[in-house]
Amino acid sequence: MADSKPRVKVPKSAKAGEVITIKTLISHTMESGQRKDKDGKIIPRKIINKFTCEFNGKKVFECDVDPAISANPFFEFTAKVNESGTFKFSWVDDDGTIYTDEKKIEVN
Amino acid sequence: MNKYLKIAAAAVACATVLGVGGLMADPINETLTIDGQEMVSRTKAPEGHPFDEVYSGWLFRTEETRALQTDTFNNPAMLGVEVGEAIWNTVDGKEGKSCASCHGDAAESMKGIGASYPKWDKDANRPINIELQINKCRENNMGAEPYPFDKGGQKELTAYIKHQSLGTPVKIDLSQGELQSWWDKGKELYYTRNGQLNLACSNCHEDLMGKMIRADHLSQGQINGFPTYRLKSGGLVSVHNRFRGCIRDVRASFPKAFSDELMALEVYVTWRGTGLSVETPGVRQ
Amino acid sequence: MQLTRRQTLGLAGGAAAVVVTGFQVTTAFASAEDATKLIMEFTGGKEPASGKITLTAPEIAENGNTVPISVSVESAMSGDDLVDSVMLVADGNPNPAVATFHFTEMSGTAAATTRMRLAKTQNVIAVAKMKDGSVFSDTKLVKVTIGGCGG
Repeated sequence: MADSKPRVKVPKSAKAGEVITIKTLISHTMESGQRKDKDGKIIPRKIINKFTCEFNGKKVFECDVDPAISANPFFEFTAKVNESGTFKFSWVDDDGTIYTDEKKIEVN
Repeated sequence: MNKYLKIAAAAVACATVLGVGGLMADPINETLTIDGQEMVSRTKAPEGHPFDEVYSGWLFRTEETRALQTDTFNNPAMLGVEVGEAIWNTVDGKEGKSCASCHGDAAESMKGIGASYPKWDKDANRPINIELQINKCRENNMGAEPYPFDKGGQKELTAYIKHQSLGTPVKIDLSQGELQSWWDKGKELYYTRNGQLNLACSNCHEDLMGKMIRADHLSQGQINGFPTYRLKSGGLVSVHNRFRGCIRDVRASFPKAFSDELMALEVYVTWRGTGLSVETPGVRQ
Repeated sequence: MQLTRRQTLGLAGGAAAVVVTGFQVTTAFASAEDATKLIMEFTGGKEPASGKITLTAPEIAENGNTVPISVSVESAMSGDDLVDSVMLVADGNPNPAVATFHFTEMSGTAAATTRMRLAKTQNVIAVAKMKDGSVFSDTKLVKVTIGGCGG
């Protein structure tokens, strides 16, 4: 599989104090550590174990992830925005890699 | 699953079909919209079709599965389509070309194309589908190796190209070359019983359409959403993979991908979905 | 003809028997006790009350690999009326832990949706921990079906 690639959907603009919906998706096999290969050996666990969303440096939403989350993890949640700024998203892989994405929003 | 479990499973499958043969579970009466764009998901069948109406497989799925397809962000297969887009723009082969070098913006050049395949290929003197067209381009124009079946980005690039026809009704031109005789051959295969379970495509997807086979709601077996995302495998599945899967499931030996048999079947089954919108990438169970 | 409830149960039972036989060879499932233990660790030993939290899950999942799950908790999400976190637990998976959502005032609402794996028919439990330490839970039974001839 190709490198994990995140996708994020955030509205481009919102009114001050509005609660917006954010959707995120990242391509990842989420190997559970429960499966066996053709030779009967356990395929080692390799999952996204943590997802975080920050807005202008402050935590909005976080998720501790276990292997029961489906391949290509999807998270939908809300955020209350009072000012214009930047959302930062990060996904932590078991192998230490951190995938990130950013989205700006105009608040008026 | 070991051999005995497989047999047990098959027995359950048969018992379900036979035991509650009268069970009806009709396709739902809803219109599929994708990002607000209305799809043709049920329409009048073309002349000579065994059904009065053709139905998209989407109508046979549960509410949760259906919801995955109504928004391209929620549709996990769009990750594959994005990979396909990257391949479209990536140079490969001795000629130093990408798909985009000749075809430019796929949103324009490939619009509607996916709804008209398979076509007649004069050079090969047989039908050609999107996967084989990609390989022909790679060999003849890019100086690149053809993709092996389902590998190297074949499913993703096919999905990306077909996605450019999202909403366009399927219509193939059977007057091209000898396409009509391949349609005839495909029809014969569709109605021929096969394998240890002695089932033809038509037994499930025509005779028992709308009924339950164990926990599965039998659709018309339309292919207008392919390559489609399957929840079962968590990835894109090609038409020929699905054909082979079905043939394997009736315990028959299955033909190679892109073989004469499966190309004939693709021509015929595509025709059976005439008028349905291209939904690629669909989402199925 | 409509399928009666009894027929449905009979079919589900037949299907389940095949699945369970298939799995017993390789995988030990978590028990309801493991799930309870995990929940108690999360709540600090407190028994969750019902109410406040709503878990939305399909009654029947067409495939256990991708089951959409939503939670929402009634809360103003400001001052003392704040949801700290929500833990999702499945009592019939090899490991009962699914995910834990952490909310803040900036979340606006304590609501989230994800997609999860269910190895078989089982209970999914969502437990909310409020800022004041009170805990609430909601449980949904999700039936996981297996497909046609090929599964």
